[in-house]
Amino acid sequence: MAEKVSVAEVAEKMYKMVKEAQGMRKLKAMDLTKNIMEIYGDRVDKQTCKDAIREIIETEKCVYTYFGGSYIELPHKEGAANP
Amino acid sequence: MADELPKTPMLDELEKGPWPSFVSEIKMAAKRSPASKDLLGILERSYQEKIGHWKHGGIVGVLGYGGGVIGRYCDVPQDFPNVAHFHTIRVNQPAGWYYKTDALRKICDIWEKRGSGMTNMHGSTGDIILLGTSTDQLEPIFEELTAIGFDLGGSGSDVRTPSCCLGKSRCEWACYDTMAACHDFTKNYQDELHRPAFPYKFKFKFSGCPNDCVASVARADMSIIGTWRDNIRIDQKAVGDYASAGVDVTKEIVNLCPAKCMDWDGKMLKIDNSTCRRCMHCINVMPKALRPGKDTGACILIGSKAPIVEGALLSSVIVPFIKMEPPYQEIRDLVERIWDLWCDEGKNRERIGEFIQRVGLGNFLEMIEVEPAAQMVAHPRENPYVFYEEYFEEGEEEAEN
Repeated sequence: MAEKVSVAEVAEKMYKMVKEAQGMRKLKAMDLTKNIMEIYGDRVDKQTCKDAIREIIETEKCVYTYFGGSYIELPHKEGAANP
Repeated sequence: MADELPKTPMLDELEKGPWPSFVSEIKMAAKRSPASKDLLGILERSYQEKIGHWKHGGIVGVLGYGGGVIGRYCDVPQDFPNVAHFHTIRVNQPAGWYYKTDALRKICDIWEKRGSGMTNMHGSTGDIILLGTSTDQLEPIFEELTAIGFDLGGSGSDVRTPSCCLGKSRCEWACYDTMAACHDFTKNYQDELHRPAFPYKFKFKFSGCPNDCVASVARADMSIIGTWRDNIRIDQKAVGDYASAGVDVTKEIVNLCPAKCMDWDGKMLKIDNSTCRRCMHCINVMPKALRPGKDTGACILIGSKAPIVEGALLSSVIVPFIKMEPPYQEIRDLVERIWDLWCDEGKNRERIGEFIQRVGLGNFLEMIEVEPAAQMVAHPRENPYVFYEEYFEEGEEEAEN
């Protein structure tokens, strides 16, 4: 049986996905989960993906944003946030 | 200080008439809060210019949470600096909206210190809505709210704060303990409530009986509505008393029964419970004479929504009857199957009701492993999504051809 991928590794991969998509495409949590499952196949499960998302949010590498729906993005200065 | 309020001739029109006015409320708050004062000004300008000056969404929240804070920024901060940020906070209400005044005072104290002081008790979601604060106040507000036992509610693509009617705490018609179920689901789905992971929002609403006081059939992605599966309890003497007191049982009850399952001969009321639709009409008209049965539980419906991206939908039955007993494992299993499917196949901003419309209810039922039942069909031959495959023998079609 294939070795499971760790939460830390998945979190790092997700962070890279968000970083690469920044400014071009907004990714939802389910997009990240689907992409990861496509890459790692049965070496990863949904709970690992959930834990990885939690990790990138709680370590403040990424933030949740809302534009009609909820997305995960890199922290940035909110354009509309006038001083 | 009231003299210093901005001139608001258009808003003043909304104070006329006998009904309560939100403008009066904002004016009251404006006497103490600079943000409320600027809110009056920006609102008056919007009315005059016919342009909204708010931007909704973006980055705001508290650490770790993706819901509970709705970001609002204005595009004229130079004119209205006190509402440059005017974020809304949703606070998870207690089941049944029961509070001690002490708890309400504490919330108000926090909000007067760190926000505009204006609240909306309650929003259409059911949450306590705290209107208007700035980004730097979000973490302190969250810390102070949690210290007094409150948590943020849902917003965005997550489980929205579950809400319920007051159920058995005050209502004799409640067929299950809505407050207990709502509290249980709220605790069980904390992760889904605070960390948006769905295509779009998902709402649970719990009504104790088919009167559906929280309007779950029209607003919840999953409506859990109390019902019964035995017979309506009848007190024939009390029915007679209603008739003697002037109630026209035939006109007001029997003729208005949607299932036409009742009969009144002037002495005895008969109900064919096998065709009763549990609509509650007769019980509501003669509450002293009729009561729901004793074998109570809930009917689970799915898919309603208000019009946002697409038009409004009402819920459809997926489980005609289920006993509502903790830990509600059967419902949880069903919810997990629905979420798994929706997350895999749902489109961005597609509610579960819209997803069902797209894939077809028959396919949806098959995918979530629920058997079709007669109660899912509104009228015979109008819902052609149920196929009784066992009636078709292999090769039958070829033989016919």
